[in-house]
Amino acid sequence: MRASFDEMQADGTTVREHYRVYDRWLAQQPGDVMRSRREEAEMIFRRVGITFAVYGAKDEDGSGTERLIPFDLIPRVIPASEWTEMEAGLRQRVTALNRFIHDVYHGQEIIKAGIVPGDQIFKNAQFRPEMMGVDVPGGVYSHISGIDIVRAANPDGSGSYYVLEDNLRVPSGVSYMLENRKMMMRLFPDLFSQHRVAPVAHYPDLLLDTLRAVAPAAVNDPTVVVLTPGMYNSAYFEHAFLAQQMGVELVEGQDLFVRDNFVYMRTTQGPKRVDVIYRRVDDDFLDPLAFRPDSTLGCAGLLSVYRAGNVTLSNAIGTGVADDKSIYPYVPKMIEFYLGEKPILNNVPTWQCRDAEDLKYVLSHLGELVVKEVHGAGGYGMLVGPAATAQEIADFRKALEANPAGYIAQPTLSLSTCPTFVESGIAPRHIDLRPFVLSGKTVQMVPGGLTRVALKEGSLVVNSSQGGGTKDTWVLEA
Amino acid sequence: MLSRTADHLFWMARYMERAENTARMLDVNYQTSLLPQSADAALNGWKGLLSISELSHDYASRYGEVDARKVMDYMVSDERNPSSIYSCLMAARENARAVRGTLTTEVWETQNQTWLEFQRLLRGKTFQKDPGEGFEWVKFRSHLSRGVTVGTMLQDEAFHFLRIGSFLERADNTARMLDVKFHAVESEFFGTGAANGNGRDQEYDFYHWSAILRSVSGFEVYRKAYRNVIRPEKVAELLILRADMPRSLAACMDEVVNNLRQVANEQSQDTLRRAGRLQADLRFGRIDEILATGLHAFLTQFLERVGTLGVGISRDFLVPVAA
Repeated sequence: MRASFDEMQADGTTVREHYRVYDRWLAQQPGDVMRSRREEAEMIFRRVGITFAVYGAKDEDGSGTERLIPFDLIPRVIPASEWTEMEAGLRQRVTALNRFIHDVYHGQEIIKAGIVPGDQIFKNAQFRPEMMGVDVPGGVYSHISGIDIVRAANPDGSGSYYVLEDNLRVPSGVSYMLENRKMMMRLFPDLFSQHRVAPVAHYPDLLLDTLRAVAPAAVNDPTVVVLTPGMYNSAYFEHAFLAQQMGVELVEGQDLFVRDNFVYMRTTQGPKRVDVIYRRVDDDFLDPLAFRPDSTLGCAGLLSVYRAGNVTLSNAIGTGVADDKSIYPYVPKMIEFYLGEKPILNNVPTWQCRDAEDLKYVLSHLGELVVKEVHGAGGYGMLVGPAATAQEIADFRKALEANPAGYIAQPTLSLSTCPTFVESGIAPRHIDLRPFVLSGKTVQMVPGGLTRVALKEGSLVVNSSQGGGTKDTWVLEA
Repeated sequence: MLSRTADHLFWMARYMERAENTARMLDVNYQTSLLPQSADAALNGWKGLLSISELSHDYASRYGEVDARKVMDYMVSDERNPSSIYSCLMAARENARAVRGTLTTEVWETQNQTWLEFQRLLRGKTFQKDPGEGFEWVKFRSHLSRGVTVGTMLQDEAFHFLRIGSFLERADNTARMLDVKFHAVESEFFGTGAANGNGRDQEYDFYHWSAILRSVSGFEVYRKAYRNVIRPEKVAELLILRADMPRSLAACMDEVVNNLRQVANEQSQDTLRRAGRLQADLRFGRIDEILATGLHAFLTQFLERVGTLGVGISRDFLVPVAA
């Protein structure tokens, strides 16, 4: 494993161009400023209630089940020139993914062309036969996409961005992107007068614009709602936040009902029709008549209304077929197939264990690879070879041999590091980046995204469920 | 507005108001208990407090004998008591959290902060060390919550349901506080005691009725309005019929009716009619008539009518039956 690329330090003595002003500012700060600012930030996050729920957990005083996601005070800075290229790459990738999903549920040209094997799609649990032949407005399926990007070091010391994962179902985290910026501007206003940081606060506007743009064609002034599983869901804060910022209702399944093949919500003034549902509920729970019958989070009959084109679901049902780790290796080819363009963003080289040759290689290199469950998410069900014990590797080998098609493997990328304020002072920690790409009539995004940071020394797992934190992300105009 | 949202708003406001009134009752009882009086009289105060909250039985099953310290613990920090300040503040905050997007940031943060600080006060034993300070704090947070609601919320449906919740709860609570004497001595005030007319009773009455006044911040108001000594029938008039007294039954019903009118829908006519009738009874009622039928009987009937109104509001707006 190569040494990591550091976002701030080019080498031991040189600070990268885009961090120079920040570095000078930091050097001038008295010793305890960062610590007291961090305490202030925590106090504000608590008061504002920017928390995530932890099921079954209790705080020391036995009262709460709400935790803060650790917020780091040192921003992750991206030069505008790098962002421009990344943005073009994201636009291209998400456009191709949407074309792919449409193709899967219509003509399946990409299978006929022999580019993606049919059984990779049809045997995928995320493939929804109910969606075959259903036309969605504008042919767009993934209206909100979260694309996870990491930067790894090249032999010459430079760094390259790679797409690690596409999230096309219900990607979360955008509220932290917005709140982190608000917090930074509150804690360090002087920093923003010294830097030209591209603003992100208009994200809810773009989101509402996107959701309105994909309403059923017959509707003039669409009613948009956000559907949440409820206040005990770990991302409830985000659901409430986005609904409030867009000025739309935050509904639960129990607030909705279907009549005459339209969806209505129960209001104090009687039933009101709903045209676009930004749902933060997984496919499986959307409609007890069509999917899991025990679900109380959805609305009975919703699928039928959806198939009739009388309501838009955002994201569409069945987008999971394109963000699965077994489909991921084909994305560069999709871009060439649908758009006739060379991919701008790199994929991480991937071994597919379903392939005998690949499996053989993976089994003999378990100690140096990252092996992931094809359907896993949230940092669970994966083996990080270099960090694993002999026992963990042996256990994983058994699982892998029992079900090779359930896994893929990738080289252990050393995620880039960024200076982070930890207990012992300022130290490098590994980070990733999740930009949020909105697809309606056009593809739009705000500069940057959510930077997640692995707070444990040496850890490569940035998920909040596994001890990760977040940082403000600056796209810096020169 | 979503029916579920209206329901959460309604209950958020009710619980906040109830927390305040519980603190008011406890405060007055606590202050009164510092006066020189017999042990029995002091105990009667605490018994009456449990009784008007309909909690005597629940208390007895958990704590046994009535005892000032235990009643305070039960009413302040016992999470098993649905009317304790703890339960009310938690329920207010949980309801607020469920609809935080409908509230202004200031309203939500006030609710959230109240809950967080309350837990700090409990950990710091404030309510044991200086109960008066603790109760003042609860009242102050309720004032703040109301002020930030009026000062920042758009006056739309959300606002009206918050107001309906506040004033329906306050009407209920003021009626209960007025009725406390009946519960405390288990007899009708305008019966035996008054006929008796001996000096000790009169002295006791002064403290009793001024305690009730203080519990609704009405002592100074009374002096200002009547410029007279404390007379039971005047206290009752002030707290029942005076529409300019913000915690009186008449003032509460005026607010309930005005806000109900703003949110009226196709099925709410009957509820509106009942509310209007109750309002009219207070507006055109006379205190001597009320006292002639008996204060306790009047208040009991009032509480029933307020209860029916609450059920009607729920049925018409908050949990509509029709799909």
